[in-house]
Amino acid sequence: MTPDQPPGRPAGGLISPAQNTWCPGCGNFSIQHMMKSAIAELSEEEGIPLENFVLLGGIGCHGKLADYLNVNSLYAIHGRSVPAATGIRLANPDLKVICHVGDGDIYAEGLDHLLFAAKRNSDITVIVHDNRVYGLTTGQYTPTSPAGFKGRSTPGGITEHPINPLEVMLAAGATHIARGYTKKTRHLKDLFKEAIMHRGFSFVDVLQICATYFNLTDYYNEHAYEMQEGEVDTGRFESALGKIREWDYDREAPIPLGTFYSVTKPIYEEHFQALTAGKPDRRALVRKVVEEWR
Amino acid sequence: MAEYSVLIGGKAGEGINTAGLSIAGLFSRLGYRTYMYFDYPSLIRGGHNFAIIRASDRTIGAHRTPVDVLLAFDQNSIDNHRQRVHEGTTVIYDASQVVRAEGYGLPLDDIVKEEKAPPITKNSAMLGALARVGGIGREILEDVLRATVPAKHLEANLRVAGRGYDAAGEAFTVEPVDGPALPVLTGNEVTGLGLVHGGLDTYVAYPMTPSSSILHFLANRAEDLSIKVIHPENEISVILMALGLAYAGEKSAVGTSGGGFCLMTEGLSFAAMSEIPVTIVMGQRPGPSTGMPTYTSQGDLHFVLNAGQGEFPRLVVAPGDLEEAYAWSAAALMLSWRYQVPAIVLTDKTLAEGAYSFDLGAVTPLPDREPVLWDGTGEYRRYARTADGVSPLAFPGREGAVVKATSYAHDEAGFTTEEREEVIELQEKRFRKGESLKAELATYPAVKTYGARDAGTTIVCWGSEKWACIEAAEELGARVVQPLVLAPFPVRQWKEAMIGAGKVACVENNATGELARLLRQHGFEPGRPVLKYDGRPFAVDELAARLGEVFA
Repeated sequence: MTPDQPPGRPAGGLISPAQNTWCPGCGNFSIQHMMKSAIAELSEEEGIPLENFVLLGGIGCHGKLADYLNVNSLYAIHGRSVPAATGIRLANPDLKVICHVGDGDIYAEGLDHLLFAAKRNSDITVIVHDNRVYGLTTGQYTPTSPAGFKGRSTPGGITEHPINPLEVMLAAGATHIARGYTKKTRHLKDLFKEAIMHRGFSFVDVLQICATYFNLTDYYNEHAYEMQEGEVDTGRFESALGKIREWDYDREAPIPLGTFYSVTKPIYEEHFQALTAGKPDRRALVRKVVEEWR
Repeated sequence: MAEYSVLIGGKAGEGINTAGLSIAGLFSRLGYRTYMYFDYPSLIRGGHNFAIIRASDRTIGAHRTPVDVLLAFDQNSIDNHRQRVHEGTTVIYDASQVVRAEGYGLPLDDIVKEEKAPPITKNSAMLGALARVGGIGREILEDVLRATVPAKHLEANLRVAGRGYDAAGEAFTVEPVDGPALPVLTGNEVTGLGLVHGGLDTYVAYPMTPSSSILHFLANRAEDLSIKVIHPENEISVILMALGLAYAGEKSAVGTSGGGFCLMTEGLSFAAMSEIPVTIVMGQRPGPSTGMPTYTSQGDLHFVLNAGQGEFPRLVVAPGDLEEAYAWSAAALMLSWRYQVPAIVLTDKTLAEGAYSFDLGAVTPLPDREPVLWDGTGEYRRYARTADGVSPLAFPGREGAVVKATSYAHDEAGFTTEEREEVIELQEKRFRKGESLKAELATYPAVKTYGARDAGTTIVCWGSEKWACIEAAEELGARVVQPLVLAPFPVRQWKEAMIGAGKVACVENNATGELARLLRQHGFEPGRPVLKYDGRPFAVDELAARLGEVFA
């Protein structure tokens, strides 16, 4: 199963031999192929060696992407890939670290890590496969499921309202915030490339079709639109906030797609880079500390 | 043997810990070996804090109940420690605070007011009085202050110390001994230095007593040691960041206590499956749950031995003093990388926050071990099957390698699989690493013994109880056997060490005898339990009395 019209460059070598087990019609195919194309194109356009890309996955249908792309990957545990991504970036500033996470994965299990990665402006990219339902555990509500959603754990419908993850990220200090949709693949690929090249914490919430448990294709096709140039001032918090609030993942409203916010701030990992520069003889340093003890 | 014990007590926030270290410094200056036990409740102001500083012309690592000098900033410091006072004890107290006491009363409020010195200098008055009581020259007192007090506060401290010195009288004479003036460090500081010796690039931790001071110390010395020190949002993030660092090639370690280690267990299990090395310093304190945060315990041995879902090999070591903490922290980190297994350095509050004379030159280093790296030939497979179970490492950014690490059961290349044969083979590969590690450790001093082989009585202990046991054993004519490695358990070395053990007692700071249970699991008889679970370490005399009953 592949998306309707793959608009990216062919990069056959980036698809791994692992057998694909996503459901037919799953939005993950678009994300996989657009990420593959984004990596291939960035490698060519920006001269980034393919070996300098690292993908992380959490646990959920989305995480299988780590198996399906032939790129360095750390297929982590549920909700915890974001701190591991920061660790990878701390170790090697040349790496482009891209975290694929699910909405249950990161908005429920790992929300604390997401907030803090944004707060510290960790130089990583977080792509949320936001299908607004648990797929792999077969159909429970997630933090972005709309009020009234009837899942297997909430057959009477949930009474709580979803979070607006973009608003949460803006409040937490994310320096790059975007939303994509798996049926708008070319747009999605451009959002990925932009997010990966952003210096600092970049966040893309991808409205992803779950063909089996929560198929919102018609709803998204009807409501989603690509923001036009000048529709939001991406350098202004208030402008971004206003646009982000146009749709709250709950009530019926137009759904803007694109980049809402993008600013430059100091990167967390840079503070630490100087400390371990070179190849210091640390045993000599230990001896010195003990000899000069006071 | 020449030895002295001094207790200094007061309220939290009065700098008792620092004052205790200055006292240890005074004795170190005269060539003595020192040990300090610091007892404090979990609060910021008030309560009762005290430190017992013991100095000896021999190596020590435990306190005794009686003291030669009692320095009291408040009435509690007199009333709570009556059992430590004997005929020869000199009591010095703050006459501004203490109403009922016999000894030298120093009007500390008046002294600091007259000397226009800040209240914290009252500690220097006590130090001065102690020097006088011990017949230590004023110039040595001033030397010690010069070496420890920042320049801008030095003059005030010298004046106030002089007032304390003049107010007391000589009760005994601390003769200088022939030994180097060793620095006094805590177990946590030395554990941190040991990790750096072992190759540490980055230390990651969330504050939790009794391990916080590793974080503070290394953060403070990050530039001196050329390391990164990171404090993330919680312990889950701590271990995942450490694993991310290690996946990308940086040697990392984390530190915590029981509650934080609970949060790390899913990360520990992830480390095992993904075969990413990590070293965890686990400082025990009494539980369950929050328990007594600032007190000591050896109650988490089986927790660390069994933590994490699934079955996997791990290294667990339990140092008993600074030299062991240094050598084994370094070894744990190196072996974790050599065998790609999680390593746990198990300490407790007694060792972690206790201060001891540290002789770096006396550390017997353990072997240097390097990780096995990919040679760059052929297609890289992160989990390639090998005879010893260790798959060569490559890190992302390496040309020609696609490095796929994962929490799922996987094939050699790192792709998820649930195929029976592959799952079994990779599982067995991981266990071969444990066997290889065990074989390697056969050449390490994984079990140590002290005293004569034919003693006829043997004290078994682990971790920070080592030195109380050694001293008690000398008094009782017994032998001490101490396992440094608890997993993989050094069965052969243990068997050899226990030949002719005679009567055996097993000393532990817990309620159920956790080492004893481990020994039984391996088919050894652990002897009679001697347990203490009030959050305090054994005093040498207290332990000797308990052992005397057991061996009677």
